[in-house]
Amino acid sequence: MVEIDNGRDDMLIDGQRLGNAATDGFNANYLKLYYGKLFPHADIFKWLSYANDGKHPACDKSYFGRREFSFTLDNDIYLRFQSFSNESELENSIKEKCPFKIDIGPVYSVDPAKRHAYSQSGNNVFTPVERELIFDIDISDYDNVRYCCSGADVCLDCWPLMTVAIKVIDISLRDDFGFNHILWVFSGRRGVHCWVCDGKARRLTNEQRTAIADYFRVYKGNENSSKGVSLTGHALHPFLVRSYTEVLKDFFETKLLSSQNLFSTQERYEKILEMIPDESVTSEIRGKWESSKRSSISKEDINVVRWEQLKHTLQSGQKKAQGLRRCVEEIVFSFTYPRIDMEVSKHMNHLLKAPFCVHPKTGRVCVPIDPKHCEEFDPTLVPTLSQLLEELNIGGLRADDDNECDRTSLGKSLSFFRSSFLRPLLKSCKEEMESLHNAKLQQSKNSLSW
Amino acid sequence: MEIVRPQWKPPSNDIVSTLPLYRSAPALEVRLEDFELYAMDRLRVLKGISDGLSRGKKPEEMKNLVNDLWKVNMKHPQASEVFNKDVISHFVLRLVYCRTEDLRKWFLSMETALFRHRFRLLTADSQRALLAELGLPYKAVARAEFEVIKEKLVQVARSISQPIPSSDAIFYKVPFEEVPELVAGRRIFICKGHAYVAMNQVVSLVVTQFRSLLSKALILTNRKWTSMIREQEKDRLTPIVESLCSSYLGPDYSQPNEFAEISVKDIDLVAKSSFPLCMRHLFEKLREDHHLKHGGRMQLGLFLKGVGLKLDDALAFWKAEFSQKVGAERFDKEYAYSIRHNYGREGKRTDYTPYSCQKIISLTPSVGDHHGCPYRHFSEDNLRAALSRMGVNNGAVEDVMDKVRNRHYQLACTLTFEAIHGLSCDAGINHPNQYFSDSQKILKLKSHSSEQGESTAD
Ligand code: SF4
Ligand SMILES: [Zn+2]
Repeated sequence: MVEIDNGRDDMLIDGQRLGNAATDGFNANYLKLYYGKLFPHADIFKWLSYANDGKHPACDKSYFGRREFSFTLDNDIYLRFQSFSNESELENSIKEKCPFKIDIGPVYSVDPAKRHAYSQSGNNVFTPVERELIFDIDISDYDNVRYCCSGADVCLDCWPLMTVAIKVIDISLRDDFGFNHILWVFSGRRGVHCWVCDGKARRLTNEQRTAIADYFRVYKGNENSSKGVSLTGHALHPFLVRSYTEVLKDFFETKLLSSQNLFSTQERYEKILEMIPDESVTSEIRGKWESSKRSSISKEDINVVRWEQLKHTLQSGQKKAQGLRRCVEEIVFSFTYPRIDMEVSKHMNHLLKAPFCVHPKTGRVCVPIDPKHCEEFDPTLVPTLSQLLEELNIGGLRADDDNECDRTSLGKSLSFFRSSFLRPLLKSCKEEMESLHNAKLQQSKNSLSW
Repeated sequence: MEIVRPQWKPPSNDIVSTLPLYRSAPALEVRLEDFELYAMDRLRVLKGISDGLSRGKKPEEMKNLVNDLWKVNMKHPQASEVFNKDVISHFVLRLVYCRTEDLRKWFLSMETALFRHRFRLLTADSQRALLAELGLPYKAVARAEFEVIKEKLVQVARSISQPIPSSDAIFYKVPFEEVPELVAGRRIFICKGHAYVAMNQVVSLVVTQFRSLLSKALILTNRKWTSMIREQEKDRLTPIVESLCSSYLGPDYSQPNEFAEISVKDIDLVAKSSFPLCMRHLFEKLREDHHLKHGGRMQLGLFLKGVGLKLDDALAFWKAEFSQKVGAERFDKEYAYSIRHNYGREGKRTDYTPYSCQKIISLTPSVGDHHGCPYRHFSEDNLRAALSRMGVNNGAVEDVMDKVRNRHYQLACTLTFEAIHGLSCDAGINHPNQYFSDSQKILKLKSHSSEQGESTAD
């Protein structure tokens, strides 16, 4: 158990909460220490200030204070519309309330904590004005294509589906949409969150957000039904082509086929044959596979063998029909293409869990993921609350309080956050501010000279 | 004769295009009667568009529909007046529809659809003129750049089954934010934030501009309306605007129809046979929970009024349920008033009209609410279950779900109607009370024919 020499903090925690201690080393007691010693309050503040921190003459001092935070406390008490005018207010409130979950909402036209005062004035001025473009991808939405786990569970066989999602979306956000400041975060349990933080992303309207979300959508039907993929037209859109050739095809053939044993049993391969709209093809293949069942002496992976057979049949000379050739791609897309929770991305006022929160069920920290090396990310190795506190403990008491984090396994995540995301982001925010400011100066000069 | 002179500033230059952008209100003198008549005519056009959209008409069909609607409703004996009628009616309806978020949303989408199709009907020259008038600062993509990305442009064209761009095709390079609908459909090539828009897609650029101009203008109009116009015009324009606002252009369902009068004891029967899903759901929830929140009471209460439930019966009906939950006394104190209110008080010009589908679909029920349109507001699973409880067979359920996915809720409701009654409903469902009366008509006919011994084996 962790024993840290700060009896005073412990005293502040009431016995009832301790009694609620959740699974896997998550409890309010630990959390309090985490917020006190490890949570990067200052970095979160810097990030969400977007350089509006009072130094540049053009900065907007009210910016951070108009951001909505919401806290989920113990016992599911939910506090919405919290706002803080500076870093220490934010830090103090988090430390004091010790939220199990911190959500970040949009920047509103006015301080969200005072929204009632404004609504009285009649003009509907309380409205979201800025918000990162966000994405939420959840492994539980992949239940019909994974056999290793279901629901909130995730293992190293199915996690790569998330990796693939990160790659497809990240490449497109950068290359197609021209965004640069993108933060990917492990959601603490079963998925990933994405924050696109470029100025122009933050200023997108709901309609534009919806358009981007739709651009990424290939599943027919309802957002949540993910029934299947339908690819129409004489060719695929360049975005789909790139996703297919650079990411999905290879992943499907070299990883997913075997890791999920997609063709190993009749029940499983029938699900794939269902996607082929031509009876003669499916019965031909079915015949082959049923007779080969007993004579499987081959050492080759049966999944790979059957996939190759299927592909060959679909793409062979006589079966040239456009629709059938497309089937190969449709199958690959159905199994591997990212399944985004559309509703989260479409509206400015959707809340999303803050990075570096701790997931109450797993005790794992929501650490950033480097999209360039996302295949190396292992969700089972993400530091847990109890592990971090133990590391702190082992490190003993050292003089410089500030760098306590570096001694723990959270240090790496934090320095990645700073160097790869925060620093370049703030740099470009300052540049944008500078050029806006200059343009304004120029304008006022012009108007003077008139 | 009374002349209305709008208070806004006159346009700075004369617009010559036949398709106005409605940037500023005209400085025209209009007779008060025309004011109202023009607005009614335009409202018919918008209403027609709205019906067309909710019936899932394709772009080509919409284009023809808009053309017809426009010709029928917006003509004027004097050629010179046609343009004025267009502009005036637009500005009057702005006043009518600026006042709530829902109204603005509806007006914005209908006016935008109207504009879109009118733009498509213009000649290429007029289209270019309008582009210039909008001041869109886009330059065509230069030859050298075109060559570099040509392959991708071809790929996109093939992916949406459009003709392959020729080597002298014109493309505009615009920020992707300005063509959301093309982005959403993956109908353009996007690179580093720039969208490459083909000449035949320009309509989408123009429409986006139009939409955002109008959207901003509506907010401004709303401010002006509340801060000054309403008061200044309280003897002339304001009553017109208010009556326009409450007028529903279809049949008037606020008055019980020909089958009117149902009594409390029949309600269960007709609910089963003739209520649309939205009302059935409310009705069942009321029976189950003996309670409905405000939104539900309004939606169901006004519907029942339209169906022919008299005030006294309505009071008895609601009381029978609510008193099981909150007690008779609290019902009399807290709820009876609003039911009486729904039936309107004497001498009052406006009376509460039963909600149309449009209105119900645009509602935003939250936790604990049961109002709204199930096709829009239910999860897929719940909707399936509800449909099968209604007796819709599996095949039909799939058709309904298909419409739902494409957000054609009223079409989904129409299909449900047809599946249950075994007859087609050509007019489509636009109003829950229409659903009810159409259903009753069919059932009466059926029972008639069976009484005469002509019924077919069911
Ligand atoms: S379409 Fe209209 S009648 Fe049908 S359920 Fe929805 S609101 Fe009710
Ligand atoms: Zn797994």
